[in-house]
Amino acid sequence: MTVHSFQEHFDAKIDNEVMIEPRDWMPDDYRKTLIRQISQHAHSEIVGMLPEGNWITRAPSLRRKAVLLAKVQDEGGHGLYLYSAAETLGITRDEMFDQLHTGKAKYSSIFNYPTLTWADIGAIGWLVDGAAIMNQVPLCRTSYGPYARAMVRVCKEESFHQRQGFEIMMTLANGTDVQKKMAQDALNRWWWPSIMMFGPNDADSPHTAQSMRWRIKRFTNDELRQKFIDVTVEQARLIGLTVPDPDLKWNEERGHYDFGPINWDEFWNVVKGNGPCNKERLDARKKAWEEGAWVREAALAHSEKRKARKENKEVKAA
Amino acid sequence: MNQFINKNLYGDYGDKEQATGASGTHNTAGEWPLWEVFIRSKAGLDHKHAGSLHAADAQMAIENARDVYTRRMEGVSIWVVESKNIHASDPYEAASMYEPANDKVYRHPTFYNLPDELKHM
Repeated sequence: MTVHSFQEHFDAKIDNEVMIEPRDWMPDDYRKTLIRQISQHAHSEIVGMLPEGNWITRAPSLRRKAVLLAKVQDEGGHGLYLYSAAETLGITRDEMFDQLHTGKAKYSSIFNYPTLTWADIGAIGWLVDGAAIMNQVPLCRTSYGPYARAMVRVCKEESFHQRQGFEIMMTLANGTDVQKKMAQDALNRWWWPSIMMFGPNDADSPHTAQSMRWRIKRFTNDELRQKFIDVTVEQARLIGLTVPDPDLKWNEERGHYDFGPINWDEFWNVVKGNGPCNKERLDARKKAWEEGAWVREAALAHSEKRKARKENKEVKAA
Repeated sequence: MNQFINKNLYGDYGDKEQATGASGTHNTAGEWPLWEVFIRSKAGLDHKHAGSLHAADAQMAIENARDVYTRRMEGVSIWVVESKNIHASDPYEAASMYEPANDKVYRHPTFYNLPDELKHM
């Protein structure tokens, strides 16, 4: 086989919806694109624990606290599934952490916004997890096997995240005037960043065409964004909250909601590191990594010692 | 032919040669070893590959597997095996590897043309 025939074989598999598995030949750019996308996805899950973890000790009831703990633990699990999937492509876990800590790898910008009130936890579950689900459900059919399998697991678990968030918002929206105001304020602050989660417009998204060809992505950023807006606007109406977009209007002809312009300057500014919490989030991750170093080393040393002791015993017994 | 195949270091597959690293560009010295996790979802079913994780030893691998892969009662039994101890078949030998089964359709019950009136068979 030549490189040419490997490429043809790969293309034929993609065209016929046959999954690519770790030991199969794949173009270097396919591998690189996947490593970038999966590791950034993993980083997002891990960094995403921080804004929510902030509220575990201040959850308003034991029920809410137990739910939030379970959700944050799930996010940690999702990060681990995804890191494992990325490792099948030939990058190590430590290399990925290094890329995160040095700023070489990005994570979802949404987590660079602060969680100011309890209603923000509701808004994150409803909007941020909602947008993530929109993105993730099609990824269950992505062309790379380990990534698709990780996403199936993630999607199964994610749906409670969105429902618990909506429940928090619904409860606040049906509460006192102050509580309702708190819910509306959270929606006002999280709406636009959530819309931006789908990434730049298709025209400005350099990787989209290739990723669609490889079936790494199944829908474009704009398609997913529109889908999210269409369903979420109705959900907001159901609990009497107002989406903070004066241009939002049902377009009978298109069968979709029209919406106002997105502030892409803000988006790129946060991506580049100038969001309200970029530094805080990265510092928290680095601190956890550095202060956990002795635990990693001690566990390894302990296992080596036990192995050596066992071998010693076996030698003596023989 | 091998020169065109990208050798991976890690995976939800393994091979001693690969795990010890043909490329040598990856330093995994400080990392906890990688383990593959297999879970029996209920008594009567096989253990099935669930994914992988890092752990310092087998006991930690089982405890981590419980937290990572069975948060919703997905399992009643866990197997872990260090990834480097798994040997895998080569996908590029698949054609010849499974060829012997290709021309033996008579191993399937549908190969036999029998009258419709025949019952309980």
